Amino acid sequence: MKRRTSDLRSQKRGRAALSALFAVISIIYVFPVFMVLLNSFKANTFVKTDTFGWLTEESFVGFDNFIKGMTFGGYAFWKSVLYSTVITLLSTALILLCTSMAAWFISRVDSKFCRAVYYTCVFSMVVPFQMVMFTLSKTADTLKLNTPWTIPVIYLGFGAGLAVFMFVGFVKSIPLEIEEAAAIDGCSPLRTYFSVVLPMMKPTMISVAILEIMWVWNDYLLPYLVLDRTKYMTIPIHIQYLKGSYGTVDLGATMALIFLSIVPVIVFYLICQKHIIKGVAAGAVKG
Amino acid sequence: MKKKKVTNRTMIQESTQKWAPVFLWPMLVAFVIGFVWPFLQGLFLSFTQFKTTSKWTFIGIDNYIKAFQDESFRYSFGYTALYAIVSLILINVLAFAIAYALTQKIRGANLFRTVFFMPNLIGGIVLGYIWSMIFDGVLGAYGESILTNSTWGFWGLIILMCWQQIGYMMIIYIAGLQAVPGDMLEAAQIDGASNTKTLFKVIIPNVMPSITICMFLSLTNGFKLFDQNLALTGGLPFIINPDGTSVHTTEMLALNIYNTFYGQNVNSRGVAQAKAVLFFILVATIGLIQLGYTRKKEVQQ
Repeated sequence: MKRRTSDLRSQKRGRAALSALFAVISIIYVFPVFMVLLNSFKANTFVKTDTFGWLTEESFVGFDNFIKGMTFGGYAFWKSVLYSTVITLLSTALILLCTSMAAWFISRVDSKFCRAVYYTCVFSMVVPFQMVMFTLSKTADTLKLNTPWTIPVIYLGFGAGLAVFMFVGFVKSIPLEIEEAAAIDGCSPLRTYFSVVLPMMKPTMISVAILEIMWVWNDYLLPYLVLDRTKYMTIPIHIQYLKGSYGTVDLGATMALIFLSIVPVIVFYLICQKHIIKGVAAGAVKG
Repeated sequence: MKKKKVTNRTMIQESTQKWAPVFLWPMLVAFVIGFVWPFLQGLFLSFTQFKTTSKWTFIGIDNYIKAFQDESFRYSFGYTALYAIVSLILINVLAFAIAYALTQKIRGANLFRTVFFMPNLIGGIVLGYIWSMIFDGVLGAYGESILTNSTWGFWGLIILMCWQQIGYMMIIYIAGLQAVPGDMLEAAQIDGASNTKTLFKVIIPNVMPSITICMFLSLTNGFKLFDQNLALTGGLPFIINPDGTSVHTTEMLALNIYNTFYGQNVNSRGVAQAKAVLFFILVATIGLIQLGYTRKKEVQQ
């Protein structure tokens, strides 16, 4: 009995030590983001020479970097934010609607063609983007899919694999009897889908939506190659353009923009954390 | 009764099939535009010399021979493989350790989980620039930069990717660890098994499916890495060979293919496409081999 209590006590102490250790690691983990915020208030030269130093009278420039960043590089930052938002929302909506309908159809109609479509979708998940990037950007150009309003079609095409795979996995677990009852009651397949199947799919919808939002919002190479860059930039393209551009780089202004681009992501994460973590775990099948 | 049900199903299936234009075609058309056609065209063009997709001459496997002869391609392959293996080990060991600790009912576990996962949502380009600022801040004190030494470039990328990926793998490991049956752990405890023994004989065999997924994910992620590589070092520093060709010492496969496609020499696009096909075969094969290998070790259920 005595041994038991001392065991428990040492276990308790061990846990407290572990908590303390993780608290320290957490602070180190947040440190890079904090450094971005700190440096976004520093004058350009100080970002390089005094990265980790606290703000001083010399280095502090107030909101100058943010103001400068808005038009820095000859392209308005709000436009990049707008295009990123448009592309992300339209693509996600299109992917959710089209792939879930297709997945339901594939699962319910047992034909060789449907099976072929399904396996091609699964296959597309292991194909790296570099394999198709040149031909895909040419195809997109030819078909005028190179604007923020039409590029969602490309995202639907290249991203269909994972979404179809996840939806098919879910639809196969729904008992057929419910849909049969609806069909016998005279519902058309379209009506059955929207009033019976779609509501049941909600959890998978959320998971797929999270994965697609995270992918499209952060994607760099696809929009970089497909969009007409003189007219349209997304946030990652804009940041890369500022840092990679020739001539002088204003690190202070770049840090201000990087900070601004992280804020919505962190807010989104804190609001939908549960769904995001669930969605990520569900999408782990992707290679 | 049973027969009636079957007829019902066939009837419903037949009536559903007529709706293919509404349900299937929108996705299918986009899928052909965004994947099937570019994939097939890419495969075909790898056997040709081309500047644009419409102007090509068939040259057989010349592009593949040139790709293998290209020193920068072979170098980037070795570099990527080394990176993928080192990052695979580090990310998975650390992620598993953190997941194991966080499932021991410690205080603040949820908060820590939130923090560790956060970097995952930040895009690769932005991540690259955040860390290039940090590394240059440290190295700048010695008059150096992340771009001046390929060893720093390598470990810099490893640190960056650990920072980003550990949280992701941790989530999968936590899910796996929480699914370990409680009575199994209890039985081990009653039998007097030590913590280490419980970990290796009970817990790890039970989370093998998660380990499979995570190793598969981190290896393919490692091989496919592009954004972070481009933003952190962009392949620099480079070495110029006596014959005038150059090797970028921190350039990974995906970036090497990109640079071959969109570099100054438009005549090398065929070679770039051949490299891309080889890259695709590599990524797809590794995934399959690893799945087969780790599946054998899984607990039979």
